[in-house]
Amino acid sequence: MTQSTASHRHLPNRLDNPFKSIVLSWESLLVLVAIGIFILNSMASPYFLNAWSLSDMTFNFTEKALIALAMALLIISGEIDLSVAAIIALASTLMGLALQYGADTPVLIAIGVGTGIACGAFNGFLVTGLKLPSIVVTIGTMSLFRGISFIILGDQSFKGYPASFSWFGQGYVWWVISFELVLFIGFAVVYWALLQRTNFGRRVYAIGSNETAALFSGVRVARTKFILFCLTGAMSGIAAVLLTARLGSTRPSIAEGWELEAITMVVLGGVSILGGAGSIIGVVLAAFIMGLVTFGLGLLNVPGIVMSIFIGALLIVVIALPILWSMWRQRA
Amino acid sequence: MSDPILTLSGISKSFPGVRALNDVSLELYPGQVTALIGENGAGKSTLVKTMTGIYQPDAGEIRIGGQLISLPTAHSASAAGITAIHQETVLFDELSVAENIYLGHAPRNRFGMIDWRKMRWEAGATLQSMAAGIDPDIKLKELGIAKKHLVAVARALSIDARIVIMDEPTAALSQKEIEELYVLIELLKQDGKAILFISHKFDEIYRIADRFTVFRDGEQVGKGLIRDTSQSQIVQMMVGRAVDQIFPERRAERGEVVLEAKGLSHPTEFEDISFSVRKGEILGFYGLVGAGRSEVMQAVFGMTQPSAGSLVLNGKPLAPRSAADAVDAGIVYVPEERGKQGVITGEPIFKNVSLPSLRKTSKSGFLRLAEEYALARTYTERLDLRASSLSQDVSTLSGGNQQKVVIAKWLATLPKVIILDEPTKGIDIGSKAAVHQFMSELVAEGLSVIMVSSELPEVLGMSDRIVVMREGRVVQTLENNALQPETLVRLAAGIIEEQAA
Repeated sequence: MTQSTASHRHLPNRLDNPFKSIVLSWESLLVLVAIGIFILNSMASPYFLNAWSLSDMTFNFTEKALIALAMALLIISGEIDLSVAAIIALASTLMGLALQYGADTPVLIAIGVGTGIACGAFNGFLVTGLKLPSIVVTIGTMSLFRGISFIILGDQSFKGYPASFSWFGQGYVWWVISFELVLFIGFAVVYWALLQRTNFGRRVYAIGSNETAALFSGVRVARTKFILFCLTGAMSGIAAVLLTARLGSTRPSIAEGWELEAITMVVLGGVSILGGAGSIIGVVLAAFIMGLVTFGLGLLNVPGIVMSIFIGALLIVVIALPILWSMWRQRA
Repeated sequence: MSDPILTLSGISKSFPGVRALNDVSLELYPGQVTALIGENGAGKSTLVKTMTGIYQPDAGEIRIGGQLISLPTAHSASAAGITAIHQETVLFDELSVAENIYLGHAPRNRFGMIDWRKMRWEAGATLQSMAAGIDPDIKLKELGIAKKHLVAVARALSIDARIVIMDEPTAALSQKEIEELYVLIELLKQDGKAILFISHKFDEIYRIADRFTVFRDGEQVGKGLIRDTSQSQIVQMMVGRAVDQIFPERRAERGEVVLEAKGLSHPTEFEDISFSVRKGEILGFYGLVGAGRSEVMQAVFGMTQPSAGSLVLNGKPLAPRSAADAVDAGIVYVPEERGKQGVITGEPIFKNVSLPSLRKTSKSGFLRLAEEYALARTYTERLDLRASSLSQDVSTLSGGNQQKVVIAKWLATLPKVIILDEPTKGIDIGSKAAVHQFMSELVAEGLSVIMVSSELPEVLGMSDRIVVMREGRVVQTLENNALQPETLVRLAAGIIEEQAA
């Protein structure tokens, strides 16, 4: 029989060395990869190492990466949103429509972001209210949202956005630092704090690790997930504003395939596709890596289709690597 | 007396935090039934899994007919002539009876294809010899549980197993079907098979077994011939010195009614459930598995919405629409399914403990790790949690320590009512005592405890009052005053019906 001892043993906060776990993290690997690609790029093309070149590079990923920030939280919670690119199309179309009725910049932005939130809330309601699987719901709304913009636009396009609106996609805050980049870094800090430093973030991890146990622990799972869908929609709306402003026009095919690139960033950033694990720092690093890779391939005149093949291969490798790694470790 | 056909000696098996088997031995004799007896958690199923190649023992040897063998896989065990018939049969519903009997060793024709005609004919012959009255061509799903057992036995006969393990084979059978099973066991005995019979029921053991082996806490504590041993001797071996298992003394003052349920009903699970629990009281819920006790508790905890009835907490009506509502009101629930509903595996201990208390440890929504660690330390140390640090992943803890994490999590919310659903199921005896000790401390501090338990000693040892449930209804609420275990068992089983059957 064990006897309950009068003096309880003391439990330390943690035993592992925090420095060691940082060095061995996925994020550290991503930093190395980013540095490697940076060096390769600068050797491959003489035009790469130039402040304006590098600034142009950031436009390759900032809009998608904004979506990836919110998508990371959604995937950590165990859900997914495949309709983000379609939300951009619908938000951009509605902005263009409002433009035809003489809306000015603040109204356009409000419509863009508002559409995003509304679409996200719709997804969130279908998933949490009707308890449908998010992958099915968002495949459906992906067709629905883009379908609406096709109905409104047909083969037309909206043009003639005001210069004050275009600044959001083309403007610079200081020297080569674009507004898009500043906005992305600002949101990255906000999402990092939200996920890593708040009660909300802690609950997101708990839901993704074991949804039933989280529910039994008194976490309001449905409410949390609904908020995450709204956030993802809002970020898609913001991306729609930036992209529309940068392109200066709206077509129904705008941002086609972006959902996969945003999800690739999230997964490359170390977020588990099964939920429960991942970090914003990883996603930010992954966004830079994706930007560097596509920009480097662009400098080398690699055609777009080869880039998609590359991104597809990257996605498979990144998902397979952790699985192979754990299999190898089990055998060892 | 012949030599044993199967000999296990010095078998040990440990899991993280638990020593499941410690230097145990077992002998099985051809043509004899050996009963394996022991309480829940004594190590019986671990031994069965070791014998069927599912677990590998850490130490010890297995001999069949004097030959030293190893059983690295389930397949190697069946090749060695060992087969097991489980409580829930592991057969295939969508296949025919004949296919189930011959799966993996079907007769082949000269082209190497399955000889269906021969298979059906032989399956039919085997079933005939058992007087089972089963058509070998029908699908297994059309059979009842008893007939499925017969198919499992036929399978054992067909693979020419020399050793047949029956793990609580009668648990789901009616009296008539049990009689049929006895006939079959006699048949197997005459055939010279060695049978290991695992059961909780003494009448069965004395009816069918020739020998017995008793396990307690992972150790073999006795063996012998049934005819030379009395029931009370075996009981003594089973429970050891813990015959009057030491439950903490009840000293708590019982105060006013804290939580009252009136006529709670659910369309399918339970009906018209009323009970009340007082301050400083442990209210036990006893019943057979499936009596609807957990379902009632989950309704009180807001996980499901009752279709009728009401709850009153401290004089105020309460209608929790979610677990979060119940927790806010001061009702918490320690679920039976620890791994699925209790702990968040993959997360460290301190995050598990602080999850429902984040509002307390945080400042304007932002985490404060120092406060979380302090909160987790306060409650886990009070429960004497065995872990290396507060950042240890809960999935690496033993069942008993995981349970302590779940309880610590709820205590940190300072609840009024704590519901414990099978709180000591599957946890080691040391943790068990710690949980019991802690429950009595809680009521002494003025908490109300509702404890759902299927273990009679626990219900009788811990409860102030006991609600007995059967088939979704409250049978009776009893003051725990010199209550006899037989009374509870009779009420829970509805003994009148049993006599009629």
